[in-house]
Amino acid sequence: MSAGLQMPQPARGESGFTATAFNRRSLAFVLAAFLLLVAGSEALAQIRTTGGSGSIIDALVKWTPLLLLGPPGEFGGFVLNIAVSFLAMAIGTVAGLVLGLGQISLFPIVRKISWAITQFFRNSPWLVLLFFVMLLTPFQIRVAGVTIPLPDWIKATVGLALPIMANMAEIVRGAVNSIPTAQWECAESLAFTRMQTLWRIILPQCLKRMIPPWMNWYAILTMATPLISIVGVNDAMTLAQDALAAEQRTELLMPMYGMLLVFFFIYCYPIARWTIYLERKYAVKI
Amino acid sequence: METLWDALRSLHDAGGINLVQFYNDFERDRLLRGMWTTVELATICIVLSVVIGVVGAWLQGSRNRLLKSIVQGYIQFFRNTPPLVQMYFFYFALGPQLPRIVNEYGIAQPMLGSFEWAVISLSFFAGAFNVEIFRSGIEAVQRATVEAADSLGFNRLQIYRYVVLPLAVRFCLPALNNNLVNLAKTTSQAYAIAVPEALFVASQIWSDHINVLEMMITLLTFYLLLVGVIVWLMTWLERSLAVPGFGR
Repeated sequence: MSAGLQMPQPARGESGFTATAFNRRSLAFVLAAFLLLVAGSEALAQIRTTGGSGSIIDALVKWTPLLLLGPPGEFGGFVLNIAVSFLAMAIGTVAGLVLGLGQISLFPIVRKISWAITQFFRNSPWLVLLFFVMLLTPFQIRVAGVTIPLPDWIKATVGLALPIMANMAEIVRGAVNSIPTAQWECAESLAFTRMQTLWRIILPQCLKRMIPPWMNWYAILTMATPLISIVGVNDAMTLAQDALAAEQRTELLMPMYGMLLVFFFIYCYPIARWTIYLERKYAVKI
Repeated sequence: METLWDALRSLHDAGGINLVQFYNDFERDRLLRGMWTTVELATICIVLSVVIGVVGAWLQGSRNRLLKSIVQGYIQFFRNTPPLVQMYFFYFALGPQLPRIVNEYGIAQPMLGSFEWAVISLSFFAGAFNVEIFRSGIEAVQRATVEAADSLGFNRLQIYRYVVLPLAVRFCLPALNNNLVNLAKTTSQAYAIAVPEALFVASQIWSDHINVLEMMITLLTFYLLLVGVIVWLMTWLERSLAVPGFGR
């Protein structure tokens, strides 16, 4: 056959986790593209002689701490993006587990309701759900006479947790359904109750196959966190725009947004590679 | 129709449920136009991203190593960065670098508007996933089939066009379905660069009339319908393309 149609071979020396997580070629490619972008913008600025103060690299270095850590003394920046992603993932996972188990409940009414909730949140756009939570929840709640303030970033976290919840529910349902029926029958013959069977026999086996899709959704969630900038949270995206507004230099536009893309890439790419690695490791061998 | 609008109007007066987006001609027109923009955006992006996917998967099978690593870099970059930041990069950073054109009124305007940039960024975003999906479909085609075509004297392009692609498309339809639904949902992010699509128009309406809950439910129903139509079309396509001998 023609050589061109051969299946892609794994690159040489790519074995083990470290090599899998940091595919050097892709990482180098992206960083090279970013440096090219900076150099190109610099050259463009020289040609147009827009006459900013200092080079682009200086400006990027100046704003990097703000983008990463937020304004001094405040919670914001890329750290906030990561915190929101952790928290939303935790909320979404727990709620999704409940919803997913609801979908395999023995009561038809619970099953139907869980299914409807799952489909609703799974098929709605993230941004619309985010608006939904931001605009329809109060800025503070009173529980037993105690006023609890709800800052914007907490509300945004809940908004992002909703689609995660629905997708986790699907993962849980799929994983439980992928366990052979014989496991249920054996447990039953050993006089385990349904609750015991689920928690001690079925779910522990599900855990391994749920990890790769769970990590995949974590990466997707992290990449959705800049959406919170639209609803007014001080995340890396908002701060990048603030920095650009303060600088008022058009030649900074591409490097600044490019740097933000690189931040997310450096964080999400290893997760994606690790997911692929675990997927292969846990794959059912036929 | 008029009686229905009147009924909804009296519902507002009596019960406080404000469905202004239906009974007011102006708002209804505005909302429908926004929904149409979303449908248009989704359709154009779906077509373009599938084209990017097919071409990219073909380039990945190429012998040129540089070409292959460029495609690989494109996929990894677009898959692992936020679509919103990509959109901002295209619209706010790349947009101003392009030359401006003078329109018929003699006013200089950007070469590409926000709708065009949304199309470009969303197509590239979904296209990166499509390349991977098509590649996995191509990998699922048995070698024996390709070798048979080779021995019949097909050249590389012909094998791809007449043998591999038709089979690969069938193999990857379920995954493609998922990605296209995701793309249709992601079009709502065009809100951020002020494309007058459904979410943008809806937010204008709920700002004007303070009927957030009613408007939100209308909007979510619209998106559920949109996703439903795409899933239905894809299932229909899957069923009508099914070849005997594969799957169940």
